Amino acid sequence: MAKIKGTIIVDTERCKGCGVCIAACPCSVIALNREVNSKGYNYAYMEFPDKCTGCANCALVCPDSCITVYRQKFEDKI
Amino acid sequence: MSDLKVEIKPENLVYKKSTVLTDETMHYCPGCSHGTIHNIIAEVIEEMGIQESTIGVSPVGCSVFAYNFIDTDWVQSAHGRGAAVATALKRLMPEKMVFTYQGDGDLAAIGTGETIHACNRGENITIIFVNNAIYGMTGGQMAPTTIMGMRTATSPEGRQADLHGYPFKVSNMVALLDGVSYVTRQAVNSPANVRKAKRALRKCFDKSMAGKGTSFIEFVATCNSGWKMSPAASNKWMEENMFPVYPLGDIKDI
Repeated sequence: MAKIKGTIIVDTERCKGCGVCIAACPCSVIALNREVNSKGYNYAYMEFPDKCTGCANCALVCPDSCITVYRQKFEDKI
Repeated sequence: MSDLKVEIKPENLVYKKSTVLTDETMHYCPGCSHGTIHNIIAEVIEEMGIQESTIGVSPVGCSVFAYNFIDTDWVQSAHGRGAAVATALKRLMPEKMVFTYQGDGDLAAIGTGETIHACNRGENITIIFVNNAIYGMTGGQMAPTTIMGMRTATSPEGRQADLHGYPFKVSNMVALLDGVSYVTRQAVNSPANVRKAKRALRKCFDKSMAGKGTSFIEFVATCNSGWKMSPAASNKWMEENMFPVYPLGDIKDI
């Protein structure tokens, strides 16, 4: 069966660590990093990258538009 | 399976920041609904290809610096007078897309008269009304749209009918006016609502450009700093307490 996988890239300098993306993610992929950016915010990152489907829900609700989403389909090799 | 890596290349791109938004970091508090609403405005402008011919009117309030974030032409109006300024702009340049972006302190308190009369004249503008039930910029005082029993800096015992009156439902009121063609109430608390709100905003812009009359879109929004809650908790509080008073959906569509 083909598998669809996604990934997100967070603009860590724009991210304010509000956590709205964490509540919106249906696969619980995102968490707040323990590291902080230059403004002192704990920015969002992919805690479980394998679970991401690239649905872009996190990017839609992000108030600071700091999430870019990519998605790719992997066909099974027979 | 875990060795599969998504390649970062343009054909795999699903979602990126709209090109109509500038690279400036928004000055809003973390989790503020204004950011998401700015984002959908930018996306609709990009989708319609009208970046060069759009004029926004920014209010007094938290969103006073909207012109720093959305890369179109802007006019900054006096407190509450957004609809009056937009009337002039649209009448002088009917080929432009003119919209106002106002909060509830701006539109529903000091600017009620301008808003009602612009709607009644049926000016071909879009009025974007962000209702977070509080004066966010000045520190969370009670606004006309504050819901019953809600504690604010100036109503520490909660809003009471005998002392403060009732919440002001602007959308329901302007829907009665003949000049208004489309009134809708939306929210941006969940991905599904963001998608719906974007479709509604597109409809507003289309109706304004087609000369159908005034389009009025209200966003029920959060102010987590003013409400003294976390962004996730304020979204939940809004769903439980504000949606019963301000139900989402189209109020008028002709």
